[in-house]
Formats: sequence, structure tokens, C-alpha cells
Amino acid sequence: MSARDRSRPDQEGAAEEHGRTVSSRIEAQSGLSTLGTLRRGLELSPELRRGIALTVVLAVVATVGRVIIPFVVQQTTDHGILAEGGPDTGFVLRAIVLAAAVVAVTSLAQYLVNVRLFISAESGLATLRLRAFRHIHDLSVLTQSTERRGALVSRVTSDVDTISMFVQFGGLMLLISSAQIMLATVLMLVYSPVLALVVYLCFVPLAFLVRWFQPQLGEAYGLVRARVGDVLGAVSESIVGAVTIRAYGVEDRTAERLDTAIENHRRSAIRAQVRSVMAFVSGQAFAGLTTAVVLVIGTWLAVQGHVTLGQLLAFLFLVNLFTQPVLMATEILNELQNAVAGWRRVIGVIDTPADVADPGAGGVHQERGPIAVRFEDVSYAYPGGEPVLRDVDLRIAPHTRVAVVGETGSGKTTMARLLTRLMDPTHGRVLLDGVDLRRIAFDSLRRRVVLVPQEGFLFDDDIMANIRFGRPEASDDDVALAVTELGLDSWVDGLPHGLRTQVGQRGESLSAGERQLVAIARAYLADPDLLVLDEATSAVDPATEVRVQRALEGLTRGRTSVAIAHRLSTAEAADLVVVVDRGRVVELGHHRELVGLGGVYSRMHDSWSAQQRTSTTLP
Amino acid sequence: MSVHSRPVPRPTASRAVLRRGLRVIGSGIRAEPRPFAVAVLGSVLWAAATVGTAGAIGWVTDHVIQPAVQERHVTAAGLWTIFGVLVAVLLVNVLGVILRRVFATVAGFNLQARYRRRVTRQYLRLPLSWHHAHPSGQLLSNAHADIEATWQVFNPLPMAIGVLFMLVIAGVMMVVVDPFLAFVGLLVFPGLFLANLVFQQFMAPRITRAQQLRAEVAEVAHESFEAGLLVKAMGREEEETERFARSTYALRDSLIEVGRTRGIFEPVIEAIPTLGTLALLGVGTVQVARGDLDAAQVVQMAYLFSLLAFPVRSLGWVLAEIPRSVVGHDRVRHVLESEGAMDYGPDELPPASGPARSALSGVTYRHHDDEDPTLHDVDLVVEAGTTTALVGPTGSGKSTLVNLSLRLVDPQGGLVELDDVDVRELAQGVIPGAATLVAQQTFMFDDTVRGNVTLGEEATDASVWEALRIAQAEGFVRAMPEGLDTVIGERGGNLSGGQRQRIALARAIWRRPRLLVLDDATSAVDPSVEQAILAGLREARKGTTVLVVAYRMATILLADEIVYVEQGRVVDQGTHAELVGRCSGYADLVQAYAREAAERAAVEKSEEPA
Repeated sequence: MSARDRSRPDQEGAAEEHGRTVSSRIEAQSGLSTLGTLRRGLELSPELRRGIALTVVLAVVATVGRVIIPFVVQQTTDHGILAEGGPDTGFVLRAIVLAAAVVAVTSLAQYLVNVRLFISAESGLATLRLRAFRHIHDLSVLTQSTERRGALVSRVTSDVDTISMFVQFGGLMLLISSAQIMLATVLMLVYSPVLALVVYLCFVPLAFLVRWFQPQLGEAYGLVRARVGDVLGAVSESIVGAVTIRAYGVEDRTAERLDTAIENHRRSAIRAQVRSVMAFVSGQAFAGLTTAVVLVIGTWLAVQGHVTLGQLLAFLFLVNLFTQPVLMATEILNELQNAVAGWRRVIGVIDTPADVADPGAGGVHQERGPIAVRFEDVSYAYPGGEPVLRDVDLRIAPHTRVAVVGETGSGKTTMARLLTRLMDPTHGRVLLDGVDLRRIAFDSLRRRVVLVPQEGFLFDDDIMANIRFGRPEASDDDVALAVTELGLDSWVDGLPHGLRTQVGQRGESLSAGERQLVAIARAYLADPDLLVLDEATSAVDPATEVRVQRALEGLTRGRTSVAIAHRLSTAEAADLVVVVDRGRVVELGHHRELVGLGGVYSRMHDSWSAQQRTSTTLP
Repeated sequence: MSVHSRPVPRPTASRAVLRRGLRVIGSGIRAEPRPFAVAVLGSVLWAAATVGTAGAIGWVTDHVIQPAVQERHVTAAGLWTIFGVLVAVLLVNVLGVILRRVFATVAGFNLQARYRRRVTRQYLRLPLSWHHAHPSGQLLSNAHADIEATWQVFNPLPMAIGVLFMLVIAGVMMVVVDPFLAFVGLLVFPGLFLANLVFQQFMAPRITRAQQLRAEVAEVAHESFEAGLLVKAMGREEEETERFARSTYALRDSLIEVGRTRGIFEPVIEAIPTLGTLALLGVGTVQVARGDLDAAQVVQMAYLFSLLAFPVRSLGWVLAEIPRSVVGHDRVRHVLESEGAMDYGPDELPPASGPARSALSGVTYRHHDDEDPTLHDVDLVVEAGTTTALVGPTGSGKSTLVNLSLRLVDPQGGLVELDDVDVRELAQGVIPGAATLVAQQTFMFDDTVRGNVTLGEEATDASVWEALRIAQAEGFVRAMPEGLDTVIGERGGNLSGGQRQRIALARAIWRRPRLLVLDDATSAVDPSVEQAILAGLREARKGTTVLVVAYRMATILLADEIVYVEQGRVVDQGTHAELVGRCSGYADLVQAYAREAAERAAVEKSEEPA
């Protein structure tokens, strides 16, 4: 295994350095063509095709029924009511009963078609939503952060909703309409080939017009989708930023930003709709013109004796049979472009490569136990930026408690993120027990390695549920025990409903320090082999921090832990202090060794201990 | 992490749905009368042209085609007449359709935009406590999906009105031909009405549930994406997907239920006019057989009816949209009618450019009415020009105190003053103009560095740079590709927590507030940078009163006065020296590290000889 490991970085290194510097953003929309989008859409939602054969049969029944009914009505009037020698009551009644039966069959078929379509459409779209949701979580933190939350939400909500209209009716109606067009064509050819030719010649320009309209519509609807994303992005900002907006009194400015997004959406939506109306109306105009031209030429043909008046009027009925599905089809093509615009955005997310991906089936599953970490010549640069971490070489033996210290922006958080594989190095590799992180299966990695970030996110639920997030199978008692072991029980007891206290949206009913305490308890409960703390107690008061720190030392004894901290008490207690300065590891060793070195660490420590001394000096 | 279904929409009384739907439509028409009127005009033109097309074909057949065929001769003028008449009707038709559809769209989207503005204004107006109680995803759904649901009905509405117009014409014509036969035919309408009543009854609760679940899906998605880093760090992608799947599948099932109901309704609505036609034919034939009626009249009536069969479906579309519209409207109204928005007084602060004084007296605050107070009877005075440090254990109520002093929330009891004016008497915008908060958790706008510092106000580059310099943010901002114009993005892009905090500090410093409130605002900044920031502030804050929540000694030592808070009460206040001497809670807190270091040293010493 180690030989294979060693062979990898050289091969990959070059490719990575070129490949990764390209910023990986979420695609605004996929670049697929309309047909390509449809194909991909059907592939992503196989339910859309499931049982379609029977649905088509039922739809044909319903359509035939709809054509038959006016025909029967016409026959009834022609041969029943207007029968020579007075109305034929018996015939009329028989015809009415027949027609009523056809209506019943048609309605039943239509009902079944509707239900089947609803089921397949909603099932297919649910699958699509889930797929997109999951993929967004599979994207790296960096890629996720290229899009606003609200806009990201629109990709699994309103963008998907946009597709539903089309997949419920449009797709099928397009098939039926095509069938009806072909049927009408055959009938027209039988009645009068010349007039059929006339009809087709009239519709040739429409075909070009439709083709001309389609990409324009696609673009217009695409813009609408993007604008919806903007609106949701702006609304989300105004909600999540509520405190800042009020504290700075920038309600008016926020309102302006919202108004701009809302107005842009309104304009784009109207513009797209106007284009769609124009596309539809041009179809209608051609249909009307066709009728007029057929009547004119038909009259001339009738005068010449090529057709009878009866034939001409019957042919007009066929023209109607032909133009109606054509109109329907242009309408559906408009709707199609709307759906494609939604689809493109959802597919755009799904087809954005997950740049920090699970190795999949070949991933290594590691045993639980003490963990050794190795940074091997690791560098990292954000896309398009200067390296924030350079040539880091670091070995962390099992059971070691490491403190990483350094100034803000020196690359500490980057180290934590590389260590937990929230990002992959642009150069070099990070190894856990000798295995490249990129080769370890995610479920194995996440069980062994847990990061507690600085701003611990809480879900809108109670404290109990938020701590349990670390280990979903933990019982209430386990959670309570973890809280006690961390010495947080007195804090919890002081809360209005103890562990059952609701934390509010994003945990905002708690203070930042309290949120950090919950986040730590969560990680404590998760019980990882390697615990990475990124300023995890920065907002907690010193007495509580010391208490939590001691408890964590109990937890980390026998394990490996990496803590990033500004409070150097953490460094004093660590087995190994890693001093980072401007992206490089500049000092390495135990606090005792480093403090007298006269380097970066001793300077930092001097200023820290000077502060602490003042806390005890009495006047 | 269950999704809480909050009691948003009142359960919709199904019988009232139609009435309430019409009321919603009425309010929409009143709000956008002009586009709506044009759309209806277009619809009437279209309806007239639709009836007219059949008439026109009949007319040219009778007056031009038939004579020509009989005479076996047609003039060019005759052919032009045919063409001209049909094209004239067509033009009216096309014009009608354009007006109808375009202006229906305009009315619908204008209404959506109008309501989105109203709803988002309300979001900005409502208090923080309201925001805490409402999931962000739900609010997104209210602002988008629910408003869309409310006004979607304006798409088919004008067409339906045109159809009604056609029905009136047809009805009059039928009554003229034969009142009894007309009566039989028009029985269709009570039939449609009845079908609709039944439909609404089944539809309303289903739609209510669907819209609620739609919001829930948005809720889960919003929260889960916000938690993206945590989900990854804990490897909970699978569980989160399952959570999302529960909402998504519930939405799917409820939409399928909606579909089943609609699936029945639409064929029924479509069948009723056809059955009407058949009934009319049957009765008509009997009457013709009796000699009461002319066969041609029956045919004419049947034709009139069949002409209506397709357009009548648009009535069905409107009726089918009504429950959705009512439910959407209810959900939107819940936001619009939410109360508790802060009332502002009329007052300005007394004219002054120097530091401000902040005072809280006898303040009691609870997050929820049924809970024990977070703050009990607190008095806190920050004299103008002084620096006061607020120190206390995590969760002791410091942030709440700070929020009260800036009137981000109002207390249940007691008085909060700024420059000796009750803050409730101050006009909106007065407090932010004088006092500024840097919160614990930094919030970045999706904007440039400059925009995030000035928040859209006019500013010289030099003033922005100066604020950044004091906040120790100049260096890394200069290193950014586009300096002040670099877009940071909502999640702070690639900035570290400490860098974001410094931009948030610069945002406060730039405004030169008379009262600066720092709520543990340098927690993510390392001590040496913090020292530099504090030194810079000391220079720049002349004329500023500072209230600072802090744990670090360097920060605490800057203060003229230290207030020690524990469990929602002010326990002691004074200078550091005084408090260390007499307040054990305070001493325990600030000396925790030193004690820890001493203990560790002692342990190491005892281990060394071994």
C-alpha cells in the first residue's frame, strides 16, 4: 500500500496544480442544449418514464374521445335532427347515448392519465430534488460558498417546481399533439392532396418562426430563474442579517436591495412571458391565415370543379383538427423552454464536479484507534490566490495533543480544513495512519476525525437534539452524561428548560459562547479518534473554558487532538506546539522548549502571560 | 432535528373558499386596475372574434362561396372578400389574445412584486424575537412560493372573464331562440357550480398542506445548506439527505393528493358542457318531432354550445386555482398581519457631537413570557466618554444587556436611556446614527469590502482605508485582488473568522459612533492584533463612549469601569483592582488562566525529579 501511496503524489501533483487553481464554482446553469437537457432530465428522474406506455394509450383514448364527441354531435344533427323527412328521434337518442358513453370513457381515461402523470411527475421531481440536495452537500465548502444560501435553496425548490408544469402535461401533450398532427395530415391528404399541400406550405414559415423563438425563450426563462435566485438570495440576506441590519439602521438600504432584486425579477418574468405570447400568437396567426388561404384556394378549386362545396367544408374541419394540435404544440414548446430553464439550473448543480469527493467503492476503511497524522510537503492556495500554506511537513504521533498557534490569517484554519478534508491540498498530501486522506472512505474518515469550527452552527431544535447530532444513536442519558463530564451541567441547569431549551434559528437564542459549548458537547459525544478544534472556545468565558479544556484533556488522553487557539493556555498544556507564520511552520516543539527560544512563540507567549499576570496583580 | 410545523395558516373553511377567493381576486383587481382592464378588454375582443370566426365562415360561405360554386365563376374581388373578412376577424382575435395574455401577465407579476415588497418590508420591520420564531426557509417560501400561489390565478382569469362574456352572448341568443331549450342548456351552470363546490371542499385542505410542506422543504434546505460545514465535518450528509427526503416525500405525496383531486375535477368540468349539449339535442329533437321547434334552431343552439366547450375549461382553471390562491394569501397575510414591530417615537437626540451616555435602570428581560427572566432588575450606567467592560460567565446575559442598550430588543420592565432620553421615544434611525454594535457573530453582506464597511453610504476611499487600518484589516484587504472593490460574498468567501471580525469592526469604526458597543468582537483575533486594534481605537475613539463585552485582560484593563454580571444580575462594579479584591466570581473568571498555569507548573515540578 505504501508503495502505491508514494507513487501517487508525483503523478497527481502536476495535474492538481493546474487543475485546482481553476475556481470551482457552481455552474449558473448547465450548458446543455434543449434536447440534451431533456435527456439528462429524464436520466435523473427515471420515474418520468415509468409506465409511460399505458399513460400514452390512455391519453390516446382520451384524445380520440375528444375528437369523436363533436363528430357524433355533428352526425346527430346531420342525420338525426336534419334527417330528410323530419327528425329521426330514435337515431338521435341512440346517438346521444353513444356520445354519453364516449364522454364517460373519455373522462375516465383523462382522469387516469392525470393521476398517472401526477404520480410520475411528482415522484420524478422528488428524486431530482433529493439528488440536487445531496450533491450540494457533496460539494466542497469552497464550492458551496460561491453561491448565496437563498439561491442555493431555489435550486431545490422553485427551479424544480418550474419543471413540474411541463412534466405533468407538456411532455405527453407534445406526443399526443404530434400524433394528432400526423392523423390530420393523413386525413387531409385523403380528402384533397392539393389543399393539404397548401396547408403545409402555410405552416413552413411557422416552423422557422418557432425555431427562431425557442432559443430566445430559453434565454429569457433562464434569466427569470437566475432572478428568482437573486430574490431568494436577497430575502435570505435580510432575514439572516436581521441583527446587523437593525443595529446599523440600514433597513432602507436593504429594502432598496430587495426592491432591485424584486423589480428585476418582475421585468424578466414579464419579458419572458411577452416573448412566449408572441410565439403563441404567431402560431395562431398562421392557423388563421391557413384557414383563409384554404377557403380562397378551395373556393377557386370548387369553382373549377376539383372539389365539391361539401368536401371543402369538411376539409375546413380537418384544417381545424390540424391547427389545434399545432397551436397546442407551440404552447408546449414555450412551456418546455421554461422547464428547461429550471432543469438547467438543477442540472448545473448536479453536474458541478464534487471537487473534494468520496473515493467511492475503492475507499479505504480504517480501524478505530490512536491516529498518526502526517503533512507531507503540503501547500494550499485558494483558487486564483496566493498560497496560504506552503511546504508544510509535519508528523503528529498517536496520542499527541497538538496546539497550533499563529497570527490571524497565518494559515491555521486552512491546516484544520486540510486535516479534516474539507479541502484538498493543492500540492502534497495529508496522511492518516499512512493513508492519503483522499483515499479514505468518507464514512470512515468522518467517524475518526471530527472538526469543531469556530462558529458552531446549531439547528432550530433543542439543545439535546443539537448535541445528539454528534452521535444520532445516543440516548438522552448519554447526552446528559456528556454534558456533565464536560462540566457544563451548571450552565445547562441555569437554562429555562435545561437540555430541552429551544435554541432558535441558527441557535440565535443562545449567545455565541453558549453555541460553542453545545458544539463542543456535540463533538465530545461523537467520540472521534482525532479531534480538531478550530478556536472552538474563543467566545467562552475563561473559567468555563478551563473547565471544558480539562474535560477535553480527559477525552483526548489516549487520542490525538489538534487545537487551534489564541489563548496560549492551550499551548502550555499541549504535547506539541506548532507555530505557523505566514503559511509556514516556523517553530515546532514543546511549550517549554519554544518559550525560551526568542522566536515567534516566545513573543506571543510574553504578551499573553503579561496579560495574565495583570489579572492577579493587586494594587 | 424535526421540522416544526408552526401554526401559520388558519385552517381554511372550505365553504368559504370560493367567496374568499373572489375577495382575493377583487383586492388584486383593485391594486392593478389598469392592466387588468386592458386584459379583460383583450379577452372580450378575443371572445367576440372567436364567436365571429364561425359567423364569418358562415357568412362568406353563404354570400360568396356558395353563389360562386353554383355559378361556376368567381371574381378576384370575391376571393379577396373571403380573405379580407377572415383576416379581419383574425386580426381582432390576435390583438385580443396579445392584450389579454400580456396584460394578464403584467397584472399578475405586478401583484407578485407588490406583495414581495410588502412582505420583505415586514421582515425588516418585525422584531428579532419574531425572526427567531420563524424558520428562514419558511420566510423564503412566504416571499416567493406563497405569493406566486396567490396571484397565479391572474393568468387564466381574464380568459375566463372573456368566456363568461361569450356565455352571456350565447345565453341571450339561446333565450331568444327558445327559452325552454335555453333553460335545459343553461342547467349546465348550476352543474358546474356544484361540481366546483365539492371540488373546493376537497381541495382546500390538501392545498393548505401542500403549501405548508413546500415551506418545510425550503426550511430544511435553507438550514441544511447553512449548516454545510458542520454537516461535512461530522459526516452527516446521509442523515441530512434523509431529513430532506422526509419533507420532500411528504410534499410529493401531498402534491399527488392534490393531483388526484384535480385529476377528477378537470374531466368532470370538461364533460358537463358536453353532456349539456347532448341533453339539449335530446330535448330539442323531441320538440322538433312535436313541431314546437325548427330543426335548424336546434342545430344553431347545439353549435353555440359546442363552441363553448373548450373555452369553458378556462373557467375550470380559474376555479382550480382559487384554493391555492386563498391558501397562499392566508400564509402571506400571516406575515403581513404579524405584530410586534417596534414603535418609534418622534424624538431626536439632543444635539451633541461628543460621546453619548447610556443608562439602563431596573431592567427586566425575558425571552419568552413563561420563562424566568434572563435579566433581573439591572442597573447599568455608562457615562459619556468612559469605557465600561462587561464581564461575566457565558450565558449570564451580557449580550442581552448590550442588545437592550441599543434597543435591538425592548425590556419587559425598566427604562433604557440614551443621552437621558427614553430610547422608545427616539425616532427610527436615531439610535443607529449615534450608537453602533459589533456583534459576536459577524455578518457579511453579499457585497464588496467597501460596501461591507460603508453599508452603502457615501464615503471617500481614504476614510474606508482609515477604518480598516484601525481595525487591523488594511494589510489583508490591500492584498486582495481588487482591494476595496473585492466582492466578499455572503459567507465571507475565503476570509478567516478573524479577518471577517476585523471588517465588521471597521464597519463600526468608520461610522464614528458616539457609543461603540463591542460584544466580544475580537474573539477570533489573536492577542497581538487585538492589542493593535485597541490601541488604534484608543486613538480614534476620542469622543466615543465604549461598552465592551470581554474576557481578555488586555481588553478589560482598558476600561474605566468594570461591571460584573452573573445569572442576569449585576453583582458588582468598580475597577479591576477593586473587583479582584472583593468579588470572588470576577476573580475566578479573570484569573482562570493564571491559576491553570500555576497548577500545571506545580504538577510539572512535582513530576520532574521522578
